[in-house]
Amino acid sequence: MTRRLLALTTALSLASPALADEIWVTNELDDTISVIDTGTLEVKATYPTGQRPRGVTFSRDFKRLYICASDSNAVQVMDPDTGEILHDLPSGADPEQFVISPDDRLLYIANEDDAITTVVDTESRKVVAQIDVGIEPEGMGISPDGRIQITTSETTNMAHWIDTESQQIIANTLVDSRPRHAEFSPDGKELWVSSEVGGTVTVFDVATQAELAKIGFELPNVRPERLQPVGMRFSPDGSKVFAALGPADHIAVIDVASRTVEDYILVGRRVWHMAFSPDQTQLFTTNGVSGDVTVIDVASLKPLKTIKVGRFPWGATARPTP
Amino acid sequence: MRGRIPAAMACALTAGAATAEQVRIDLIERQVTPPPILSNMIAPPADLGAAGARLAVTDIATTGKFMGHDYALHETIVAPEAEFLPAVRAALADGARLLVVKAPPADLLALADLPEAADAVIFNSSAPDDTLRGADCRGNLLHTTPSLAMRADALSQFALKKQWTDLALVQGPNPEDAAFAEALRRSLTKFGIKVKGEKGWAFDANMRRVASAEVPLFTQDLPDHDLLLVADERGDFGRYIAYNTWVPRPLAGSEGIIPKGWSGVVEQWGAAQLQGRFRDLAGREMQTEDFGAWAAVSAIGEAVTRSKTADPAALRAYLLSDQFRLAGFLGTPLSFRHWDGQMRQPVPLVTDRAVVGLAPLEGFLHERSELDTLGQDLPGTECTRFGEMP
Repeated sequence: MTRRLLALTTALSLASPALADEIWVTNELDDTISVIDTGTLEVKATYPTGQRPRGVTFSRDFKRLYICASDSNAVQVMDPDTGEILHDLPSGADPEQFVISPDDRLLYIANEDDAITTVVDTESRKVVAQIDVGIEPEGMGISPDGRIQITTSETTNMAHWIDTESQQIIANTLVDSRPRHAEFSPDGKELWVSSEVGGTVTVFDVATQAELAKIGFELPNVRPERLQPVGMRFSPDGSKVFAALGPADHIAVIDVASRTVEDYILVGRRVWHMAFSPDQTQLFTTNGVSGDVTVIDVASLKPLKTIKVGRFPWGATARPTP
Repeated sequence: MRGRIPAAMACALTAGAATAEQVRIDLIERQVTPPPILSNMIAPPADLGAAGARLAVTDIATTGKFMGHDYALHETIVAPEAEFLPAVRAALADGARLLVVKAPPADLLALADLPEAADAVIFNSSAPDDTLRGADCRGNLLHTTPSLAMRADALSQFALKKQWTDLALVQGPNPEDAAFAEALRRSLTKFGIKVKGEKGWAFDANMRRVASAEVPLFTQDLPDHDLLLVADERGDFGRYIAYNTWVPRPLAGSEGIIPKGWSGVVEQWGAAQLQGRFRDLAGREMQTEDFGAWAAVSAIGEAVTRSKTADPAALRAYLLSDQFRLAGFLGTPLSFRHWDGQMRQPVPLVTDRAVVGLAPLEGFLHERSELDTLGQDLPGTECTRFGEMP
């Protein structure tokens, strides 16, 4: 507890106006969020959050930070300039991941324990809809035009395609075991879904929901069962996908056009999620077991530095210099 | 805050589902009267095992709703004094072909050998006997609970990894104690470790009162050891050995650090969600027998979903194939060995409050799957009933 208070004091004393781009990382087992300065590559602040923070994202104008405080059964809204929690949004039970609509208005929240996707209006702070999905929903994606929201369910092994106008499921597509993450290509034409236990990434054609490809992984000296893709990010130009391989402690770099893995980058232990620096030159990975963040140089695909954060870092999101 | 917020409850569950195909799963339990043990405080839960199957069927029914598969769990619970075979014959005559069974080995084999069960797929969800995976194996019998050999190998790997290789053993008087002790000896030999000394537990005094006087003397003449192995599979006397030994040594085996198929303390790898769902359903911690039944029903669901059929022969072929992978919340996908029908599964080594290790431990390598470092590997198997498989 003393340590927690110390961290808090440090945080407050450092909470001067930010001068550089930042990466915000949730520490699942510390109930804190770490703010990394992308210039110095140091932790510049640590703020307390609700219990078991996981998914994290900024509003599109970067004025608000949304945090899934899973064990507090709330989505918390933080003022990123002060680290102050402004209010909670009704989220349904055990929110794990979410995605914000392109118009900055609605949050689509996966309620892991209740097999529901909850849609919350961030302005009225009201629940707009709840949609029954498969068991243990987790991966949340939204098409760039905002028309289709994807919820993947870990135990049901499906991507549920939700029409955002009617808030109804329009299709369910089966993927390999334990899907964890869904990501639309920047042009909105492809949907990529990672399957942790299946060890694959499935690529769908968004227009037809047809499966286009399935990508597997292979690393010498790593047993195949450990190659468990979880978080994914498209490179800003859409040519590459970076996939975190969980307990294999590597990031796979996938060429989108050829659907082949070009490279594997060694990072910390049990890598979960990633965020690009706002200038897109660096990629930050959350390494759950080792409790740190690896910084990767995007041009050379080489790790640059490891930054110690809190216990079990999970989600990551970026904010440009305010 | 738990539960749903009353809002637009638009149900879209039927989207994409054609006419539902019925998939019948039978839970068969041969109840046995638990043997008496020294402590009066502990009784096995009445729904041990069954609760795992009930949870799994709600899990797979959700997938089924989206896929057009309608799962139904039929339960046949046979009381200790009732006849077993007539009850299972009735279930088979009624159409049961996918069976999840909790029964002693003799009943399991009698069921598997019934002519009407020849085309069934039977899952042994609780019997750990190595012979069921060896000379007494059956082609229609798969196993979703770890064998004694798998548990023993998990413990041997732990002892080796810790370099706690000076071992002594205390064995209880019951057949299951002898079987576990024998599995431990065989496993330790395989890993090149020898038990330095052994004693049989021979007390009939009430240890709840006299353990602090008797156990130090009982353990005094054991050769010096790092770890004291205890074979007490009923949970009878082992608990009274802890902290009463002559020299301060940790226990392992049936007491202390226990290799188990599952335990309420497993929480990594997404297990916390499964444990939470189980506690909500059963009001207690999930145990090995529950996990065995859960894994069997989940395996059926996964196989039906992927192979898009409920035909037992097709499901069996898929379950035993390289394609099958079950998310079992143990960090590594579960699959079945094609030579004896045993489910490959990591074995947690647990205390009452934490996971000490998860076997296979790092560094124990295997040409096919590291999970095959636990239990009977393909070379040397005495099971010949799976011969037609690749």
